[in-house]
Amino acid sequence: MAGIVGYGAYIPRNRIKVEEIARQWGRDPAAIRKGLLLEEKSVPGLDEDTITISVAAGRAALVRAGIDPARIGAVYIGSESHPYAVKPSGTALIEALGIAPEVHVADFEFACKAGTEAMFVALGLVESGRVEYAMGVGADTSQGAPNDALEFSASAGGAAYIFGKQDQLVEVLETYSYTSDTPDFWRREGEFYPRHGGRFTGEPAYFKHVESATRALLKKAGMKPSDFKHAVFHMPNGKFPLQAGKALGFTKEQMATGWIVNTMGNTYSGSSPTGLAAVLDVASAGDNILITSFGSGAGSDSFALRATKLLPERAALAPSVRSMLDGPRRYLTYGEYAKFREKIILND
Amino acid sequence: MPSPRYWREIPTRYRLEAGRCRKCSKVTFPARRVCPACRGTEWEKTSLSWKGKVITSTVVQVAPTEFHMEAPYAVAVVETPEGARLMTQVVDCDPAAVQPGMEVALVFRRLRKEGHGGILCYGFKGIPAA
Amino acid sequence: MREVAIIAAGMTRFGELWESSLRDLFAEAALEALKAARADHVDSIYVGCMAGGQFVGQEHLGPLMAEEIGMAGVAAMRVESACASGGVALRSAFLDVASGMSDLVLAAGVEKMTDGADVTAVLATAADQEKEAYHGITFPGLYAMIARAHMQAKGTTAEDLAWVAVKNHRHGALNPKAQFGREVKLDEVMCSSVVSDPLRLLHCSPVTDGAAVVLLCPLEHAKRYTDRPVKIRASGLATSTLALADRKDPAFLDAVELSGQRAYKMAGLTPADIQVAEVHDCFTIAEICCIEALGLTEKSAGRHAARTGLTALGGKIPVNTSGGLKSKGHPVGATGIAQTIEIFEQLRGEGGARQVKGARLGLAQNMGGSGASSVVHIFEGV
Repeated sequence: MAGIVGYGAYIPRNRIKVEEIARQWGRDPAAIRKGLLLEEKSVPGLDEDTITISVAAGRAALVRAGIDPARIGAVYIGSESHPYAVKPSGTALIEALGIAPEVHVADFEFACKAGTEAMFVALGLVESGRVEYAMGVGADTSQGAPNDALEFSASAGGAAYIFGKQDQLVEVLETYSYTSDTPDFWRREGEFYPRHGGRFTGEPAYFKHVESATRALLKKAGMKPSDFKHAVFHMPNGKFPLQAGKALGFTKEQMATGWIVNTMGNTYSGSSPTGLAAVLDVASAGDNILITSFGSGAGSDSFALRATKLLPERAALAPSVRSMLDGPRRYLTYGEYAKFREKIILND
Repeated sequence: MPSPRYWREIPTRYRLEAGRCRKCSKVTFPARRVCPACRGTEWEKTSLSWKGKVITSTVVQVAPTEFHMEAPYAVAVVETPEGARLMTQVVDCDPAAVQPGMEVALVFRRLRKEGHGGILCYGFKGIPAA
Repeated sequence: MREVAIIAAGMTRFGELWESSLRDLFAEAALEALKAARADHVDSIYVGCMAGGQFVGQEHLGPLMAEEIGMAGVAAMRVESACASGGVALRSAFLDVASGMSDLVLAAGVEKMTDGADVTAVLATAADQEKEAYHGITFPGLYAMIARAHMQAKGTTAEDLAWVAVKNHRHGALNPKAQFGREVKLDEVMCSSVVSDPLRLLHCSPVTDGAAVVLLCPLEHAKRYTDRPVKIRASGLATSTLALADRKDPAFLDAVELSGQRAYKMAGLTPADIQVAEVHDCFTIAEICCIEALGLTEKSAGRHAARTGLTALGGKIPVNTSGGLKSKGHPVGATGIAQTIEIFEQLRGEGGARQVKGARLGLAQNMGGSGASSVVHIFEGV
């Protein structure tokens, strides 16, 4: 089996508080904070996008892996906000990180699941022996429509994972994917904001797929919730992952480290991958870690992982997720946020 | 931005590829044919560290069209440890805080968008060093 | 080399000249000069223009302008060195006469900036496209960085910069052809809106249309055209790195120093001999840097010159009696010739209210970009 030999994450430094957004639309900030369990979210700068986030996360992953970038044989970026409709994000990343030109590149999309999807394919390619190392990245700068519930949570960030067979920092014990055709959330070509089915995005979408995938993974791996030190779930808001985790039999303590949405927001394809990075930053050798993503449309990828003794020393080589969440940051007004998110109409 | 011009600049803009003169060891960025210090024409490939120090700077308030929405922004001449100097924006901080002597890290960012349909142009920018 | 004289001049008003096209501007100035010289032909024409192509879509100005004044067939060419295009047009004309190749040469500078082009973007082509413009720097931004470096190294203050604008506007108010015929107060300059910190709106020369023309001939022929020719004693041209990041010292304009040294050497003169000067004050900081680099003040004393009156009319070395680029206006390609005309008139005693008494030796310095090119001419009234 192959495993994770390097990982990295990146969260932009700009923030906006949920209160500031609520104030804009005349909503009660306390009710929003309580209902969604969100305090603030990250906002990408005008000069940041899925590509720049992937490069930053990828660079950190290379530092932790300590390998020559040219040995990476495949690079996949999963996002629902690729900067181009036609031209891959991955090609800019391979040039920036010195991985080009002997490499396979493809961009992935599957709403918020595109990150773990890229990781799944990277893993499989290494396991098959076709490439020595492969990188899977989940990164997004998704938009929330003005005065819509998703505006409180849609944020920016991402994480990159390099898979290989030697010197693994994290072993992959088992994987399971559960997918169906469920139109809970979508965006047609040319639309600026996605649309969603309101409450339909809950039980038949998020909960059904996250819980089914996780239960099936546990069964396939012959493991139970109490075997795990940490559990990370896709975080569209603060409430859903805690609810799903509880229904599956995980405790708040198990979920605490990976539950970063309250100050990061929902980084879509970056969500559970960045939550996982937060866990890897502090995990000890032998810790079992569960991660289950969710992408609307709909599907979940679930992984059972185990930290090796190499992890703690390598984790220290690049910035931690916590340092990015709690470190220097800049709070924006709604006007600045609208400018940064290009919600202001301009002539071409 | 014409595609060929943008594509030629990728090694410079994405990877900070530079040249070290074999005769006098001066590092020039970007790499060039004739050394400005000793007129030598033999070079060694090298690349710059992703960090430096601000030599001089300004805050642009009246910006060119493509940078219109980013104004005001700080632009600085930055010197890297190799002794190479380059011009770059310094972001992720109050522009007024960018002053000579400030230490910066160089990071990969999107420098410009050509309207709604043109190519996206990436490169390096400075941010305050951790 | 033969000795060369300027024997006539012509110049449009400088300003937003909506009714005049690029060729109209040239023709007006050229015909004024030809009339003053009572000449109806020339041997060659040099047209200094930075960006006819980008401002109005027109290149190939040599033949166009020759034809415009009824001289199709005459040897003509356009020359360019960004904002020093006028100065290099003069130098080219000087060499053409000095070499013996031509006996009557027209040197012109012209620019049409107000026809709707994106002026900031066009002017930025004088900077380094790959190393500077790509990153979002503007012209004021480059000079702002020079100013900040100068402030750090020599203690120059925002007030020192503002005094240059005040002095030049005081001079420009006496110049009927100047774009701005009014004085400005110090606090008006200090409170004007920030363009690129620390440079404010009133530290920056404006966007201007205009043309200026001089006629050159061998000194020995000059009396055919005028009783009071002005001899060109020297021409010095120098370059420096285009990108500010590649300069040895961002606070020092080495091309200006070098062009000055070359001119002084050729003329057999020193800075102390110069009695009146036009220097390239595209931004207030530029005047301070140029007078230092030309040796008109001590290397670190440039910042005091405007405030103390050293470089004002009536001072020891009046600089920019025309009003400078700041108040006369800066139609980019025309400036080098306009500066020449100011010195020409001063040395003929035709300065009127701006006359520097008894001036016999004058200097004009024209600079391109953020100091990547500089050309200096020294003149003598004969």
